[in-house]
Amino acid sequence: MQHIALEKTHIALGAKMIEFAGFNMPVSYSGLNDEHQTVRNAVGVFDVSHMGEFILKGDKALDLIQRVTSNDASVLSDGKAQYSCLPNGKGGIVDDLLVYRIDEKTYMLVVNASNIDKDWNWISSHNTQGVEMKNISEKTSLLAVQGPKALEVLQKLTNVKLADIPYYSFVKGTFCGFDNVLISNTGYTGAGGFELYFENEQAEKIWNAVFEAGASFGIKPIGLGARDTLRLEMGFCLYGNDIDDSTSPIEAGLGWITKFTKEFTDKNHLLSQKEKGTDKKLVGFEMIERGIPRHGYPIVDVQGNILGAVTSGTQSPTLNKAIGMGYVKTAFAKAGTEIFVQIRDKNIKAIVCKIPFLKK
Amino acid sequence: MNFPDNVKYTKDHEWVKVEGNTAYIGITDFAQKELGDIVYVDITTLNETVAKESVFGTVEAVKTVSDLFMPITGKVLEINKKIDANPELVNNDPYGDGWMIKCSIDKAEDLNQLLNSTEYKKIVGA
Repeated sequence: MQHIALEKTHIALGAKMIEFAGFNMPVSYSGLNDEHQTVRNAVGVFDVSHMGEFILKGDKALDLIQRVTSNDASVLSDGKAQYSCLPNGKGGIVDDLLVYRIDEKTYMLVVNASNIDKDWNWISSHNTQGVEMKNISEKTSLLAVQGPKALEVLQKLTNVKLADIPYYSFVKGTFCGFDNVLISNTGYTGAGGFELYFENEQAEKIWNAVFEAGASFGIKPIGLGARDTLRLEMGFCLYGNDIDDSTSPIEAGLGWITKFTKEFTDKNHLLSQKEKGTDKKLVGFEMIERGIPRHGYPIVDVQGNILGAVTSGTQSPTLNKAIGMGYVKTAFAKAGTEIFVQIRDKNIKAIVCKIPFLKK
Repeated sequence: MNFPDNVKYTKDHEWVKVEGNTAYIGITDFAQKELGDIVYVDITTLNETVAKESVFGTVEAVKTVSDLFMPITGKVLEINKKIDANPELVNNDPYGDGWMIKCSIDKAEDLNQLLNSTEYKKIVGA
């Protein structure tokens, strides 16, 4: 098992720990609903230091990124980030990731913890032009400070004007007395806030400072459980659930990060999917009858014919209803379509709906 | 965690409280903590006789779902209606207002095979 820098801190806080992607990670502290509401209404802190970070450096760094990712990284300027994915050459997805442009010749890729080795090997195998690659995952900590009060809390700890950092933008600046903390206006919750990347040695001091600064706002530590319910309310994909090596970005509704203005892995295949349509599509749905959809449950039509399967599902703490995502045959993908989820051998009615589930 | 002495336990984390010829059944404090926030309890066996160790219902928490097993053989006589509207009672008061079913005791010897609080505590490492 691998260990994040603040593991002992989480245990001391009474976190319930689980193994996730090979790391001993906090899954909950005060309880999932309480943590969820804390992020939606105030501010919470996720330690997501298990995530992977690669630095790509050199004249050909952009070329390499353009080749392996689906989004168009050439539109990024310094201090901008974008969501993207790595097509796998067989119509599926190696991983989804964030691409940060530090400067013209330096990029940071942030990948899922479970895929660090797979991604590293995949990108390395395409690195034919000598781009310098560094895996800084093990020495990098990442805190996501999320919620409507995040900006106010964090502003106490830096002179960087946080309100001037637009969504999907970042600044490398002094935070809590440490130089070169990467402060990014991103997150996985839809609640607003920032993600902070820094070195492991700085983790304890930054964690304590953030909690001190947030005390009057009711700041709380948040585990992976609430991270999942928060992202699902926004309809954000989770790799390994909603997308994987067998699902294409077009099927997954990630056409918006698949840009055909450049050459990249699987371009022609994905372009043909976009033009001709796909057999299945990832949709969001709400349960009409009582039941909670879970990963792997079959989705069927009124006659019981299989349409696909649930990829993510939960009781939404904000909406107080059961929601899910899953793949269905394209004819059933339109919002308003009645579908059924098989829960313990019963077909429970649901309706396809637009995502995000949580409207602004 | 709370493990009262006036109920009996199973290794599947149910408890049984005998009152005359009937028994109240619910899940333990340990079980509710492991499940997290409970969303609803689905019991479809009202008026059915369910054998010991068979499923009498399921409990859905935000993140997970778990089957509920009969600790003894008996007929499900009553379902706690309060937990339908307030499933959080199972989290907040697992041995009290969070009870799940009332059932008949069809085989008195079943009761002898249940665990006492000391034995159950050992199982959950408390």
